[in-house]
This record gives sequence, structure tokens and C-alpha cells, in this order.
Amino acid sequence: MENLALIAQVQGYTAIALGLIIGLGAIGACIGIGIMGSKFLEAAARQPELIPTLQGRMFLLAGLIDAAFLIGVALAMFFAFANPLLARFG
Amino acid sequence: MSAAEHAAGPANSTEYITHHLTHYTVGQGFWSFHVDTIFMSVLLGLVTIAMFYSVSRKATAGVPGKWQAFVEMVVEFIDTTVKEVFHLDRSFLAPLALLIFVWVFLMNAMDLLPLDLPGKVAGLFGIHYWRVVPTADVNTTFAMSLTVLVVILYFSFKAKGAGGYVHELFTAPFGANPLLWLPNFLLNVVELLSKPVSLAMRLFGNMYAGELVFMLIALLGAGFFSFTVGSTVGMVGQVAMGAAWAIFHILIITLQAFIFMVLTVVYSAMATEHH
Repeated sequence: MENLALIAQVQGYTAIALGLIIGLGAIGACIGIGIMGSKFLEAAARQPELIPTLQGRMFLLAGLIDAAFLIGVALAMFFAFANPLLARFG
Repeated sequence: MSAAEHAAGPANSTEYITHHLTHYTVGQGFWSFHVDTIFMSVLLGLVTIAMFYSVSRKATAGVPGKWQAFVEMVVEFIDTTVKEVFHLDRSFLAPLALLIFVWVFLMNAMDLLPLDLPGKVAGLFGIHYWRVVPTADVNTTFAMSLTVLVVILYFSFKAKGAGGYVHELFTAPFGANPLLWLPNFLLNVVELLSKPVSLAMRLFGNMYAGELVFMLIALLGAGFFSFTVGSTVGMVGQVAMGAAWAIFHILIITLQAFIFMVLTVVYSAMATEHH
């Protein structure tokens, strides 16, 4: 019974951590991509002839910005389905 | 491919997902091999080589066929990208970048196969675990990024010579004062090691998360064969969301293959620069 309470506690804290990991990561990535997208549109409106060059770089940076967030999601998912902290209670 | 059609019939969603996240492993502890990862990556590497080999055998200077035109487009695209970033002789780096791009793209593209299909096929041979995306295994991505580290070191030594490179390790970025040798060196080591780690984790994180989202979507239609209203809605949701995520994922897999390739070239270009 005592063990069950401990497991529930670990699960509860893990759930909060997952929310923080995904939520904060999403905030950061979205702000980053938003700023980059707005700058890209500004630049494209000023100099439309640069669009092909800028587009490739924008996608490259979008992938780079997205990566940190997706690594966070992957870690969060790992903790959601195979929680190593819970495995201690085996 | 819904979870309900799974041969083993998993008891609940957690079991279904853990099953799909288990590698087909041979060996114990340190010497355990993920046979599925090794098999799939070698197979796709051979597909890559065969693709280019077949075109180069049959290449014609006249009107190219569709396949040759496609391969020429890929080769030219990579060559232009490398040329923009890397200004020295690129007879080694451009083919490497081409191989990285096509190989990583093919390995990532395995994510688009129906989720339960590879397991079913492996099941025909009596194998119960088969993860089909090699880049969703951290071993693959680290193997590739450590190879890239070797390439970076090769270009550093080639451009500056052993003495010049060691000199740079100890004197850049702060200066040549003996007091600053240790901080310089530590900073350079961190910079050097962060490259393969970030390369590997970026590719792995993207593919692993993508794979997991496919699994979560697949769970939506898990109860379809009970034919209730809720399960039907779930099935419709699975088809709609699966299609949406798969289309978005086409962008992600191409982008990640491209980023891995471009960063390899950028790091090599940085390695050849003198401070």
C-alpha cells in the first residue's frame, strides 16, 4: 500500500513534468518560428527577388528551431510510456 | 492499420506502444545488437548505392529518361548547396553530402510505412519485434554523427596541418598567453563535441517523436471492431489525423535529412577556416 502511494506520487510528478517539457518547449519554438516567419515575410515584401534564397534558409532554420522542441517531446513521450523512474519500484 | 488488427492483440495502449518501441535485439548488455536497425540501415544504404549505380551505368548524354533526370536533379541540388558553403576542392565532400542526404532521407521515409506493416512482415519470419525506422534509434544517429566528427577532424588536419591545428586548439579564441591555453583548449573540446551530439540528438528526437505520434494516432481507432459510435468517430479521427500528420511528416523527414547534410558541410567548411 505504501508502495502504491509512492508510485502514484512519481506518476503525478512525471505528468506535471511532461506538461512543462512540452508546453514550455512549444512556447519557445512557436515564438522563434513566429519571429523568423515575420522577418521572412518582411524581407520577401521588400525584395521579392530574394525569395528563393531566403526560403531555403528559412526552412533550414525552421528545422533547427523545431529540433529542440521535438527532442523535448521525444523525451517526454519516453517518460510517458517507459518511465525509468517508475522502473525502480519494479 | 489499426491497433485492433495487431496479431498479438495487446492488452492496452501502453503495451501496444511499448511493444512498438522494442528493438529486435541479439546479445546481452554492452554487446547487444539491434538487428532491425542494422538490417534496415544497410538495406537502405544498398538501395541508395544501387539507385545511383544503375543510373550511372545507363546514363546518356542525349535525352535523359525520367529516372536519370530525377537523379541528376538531386545531384545538382546537393552540388549547388555544397558549392555555396564549401569553397575548397569538394570532390570528397560533395559525394559524402549526397550519400548522407539520400540515405538519411530513405531511413526517415520508413516512418511513412503503415505502422503495423513491418511488424507483420517480420512476424511471418517468426520475429516479434521490428522497428523499421533506423534513425529513430539513437545508435544510428550517433554512429553517423561520430563519422561526421571524424570528417571534421580530417578537414581540420588537412587544412592546417597537425602543428597548426594543435596550435589553434590551444590559442584560439582568447589568445596565445600560456595562462589561457587551458581555457582555450577546454572551450575547443566542448565546441568539437557539441557538434556530433547536437546532430545526432536532433535527428533522433525528430524521428522518435514522429514515430510516437504515429503510434498515438493509431491508438485512436483501436476499438473500431466493437462498432459503437465512439469507436467509429475514433476510426475517422485516426484516418484524418494520420493523413494530416503523414503529409506534415514528409516535410519533416526531408528537412531533417537536409539539415544533417547541410550541417555536415558547414562544420567541414568551418574546420578548414583559419583563425
